[in-house]
Amino acid sequence: MSDGIVNAPTSVFFGVVAASGLALCARRARDELDERTVPLAGLVAAFIFAVQMVNFPILPGVSGHLLGGALAAILVGPYTGALCIAIVLIVQSLLFADGGVSALGTNITNMALIGVTAGYVTAVSVAAALRRTHNGPTVRILGVAGFVAGIVGTVCAATGFVVEFAIGGAAPVSLGSVATYMLFTHALIGIGEGIITALTVMTVARVRPDLVYLLRNHRAPAQVTA
Amino acid sequence: MNPGAATPGTRRLWVGFLIATLVVAGGLSYLASSSPDGLDAATLRGCETIRSDGAEQLAGQCIAQTAHDHALAGSPLADYTLGGVAGSVGAAGVIGAVVTLAVAGLFFWTLARSRSNRANRKT
Repeated sequence: MSDGIVNAPTSVFFGVVAASGLALCARRARDELDERTVPLAGLVAAFIFAVQMVNFPILPGVSGHLLGGALAAILVGPYTGALCIAIVLIVQSLLFADGGVSALGTNITNMALIGVTAGYVTAVSVAAALRRTHNGPTVRILGVAGFVAGIVGTVCAATGFVVEFAIGGAAPVSLGSVATYMLFTHALIGIGEGIITALTVMTVARVRPDLVYLLRNHRAPAQVTA
Repeated sequence: MNPGAATPGTRRLWVGFLIATLVVAGGLSYLASSSPDGLDAATLRGCETIRSDGAEQLAGQCIAQTAHDHALAGSPLADYTLGGVAGSVGAAGVIGAVVTLAVAGLFFWTLARSRSNRANRKT
């Protein structure tokens, strides 16, 4: 979002929220990172930057693009994933004048903190539920989890915008119509997000399943009991 | 097997990711829809864009009317072009992807190193 859409106190508040969230992520990400995952995390950030550029049509005259929260969290872990998205947003804002500077707090809160958390929790839950009820291949389970997580992460990030606009929106427009329109369009964008997320995580899982964070996380307790 | 070593499979994954990133940023970006995204469309609802004397104005009542121009709107890579040159989105995309890779790689490398330093102090 651009500068000026929410008022200054709201921008400052979410700036503090974003900074605190990222500080926590930086502390926890140390445990997700090793010499194999550092290059992967850098590449995931660059890949998300690239795919975010490719807007796809969702309605006549309206497009959408990847946010990347679920994708990053599944591949490199939620804390590192949130940092990946934040770095993408900072590069977009400071280098490409895309997304306001004072709006970095709200944008990081929505896409890095909310989008990643919602996407990761959804992916873990869906993958766990499918493992209990299905005996299918891991890659396919991961794909379904990624698809659902992409949709949920996108809709939750859009909800973040609605909440921020409700708190400090500067324009005198109806909150109900903003909320309805945002959630409807982002449910459609979420389908695109889900497809890109599923295809990407399945591709990585076929080449190197041991490098997919969600699968590493799943295997660790099984090895202990065996 | 040394789990820390970059095996051929790992290197293949890295190279694959890099190629995919450069192809998307440098090539696929030309196919991107130029319609406003879901958020921009939401902020423009209620307004009509009126062009007069080459300038665009918003008539009506919408969220975008309170939005400010970007503080860095005049910067060389603004709006994913090289100095505003039409058709340079691919080059701008490749620059952005490389910068993102460098910033993220350096940041994560520093974080990972601070952990091993911490672990070494404990032992």
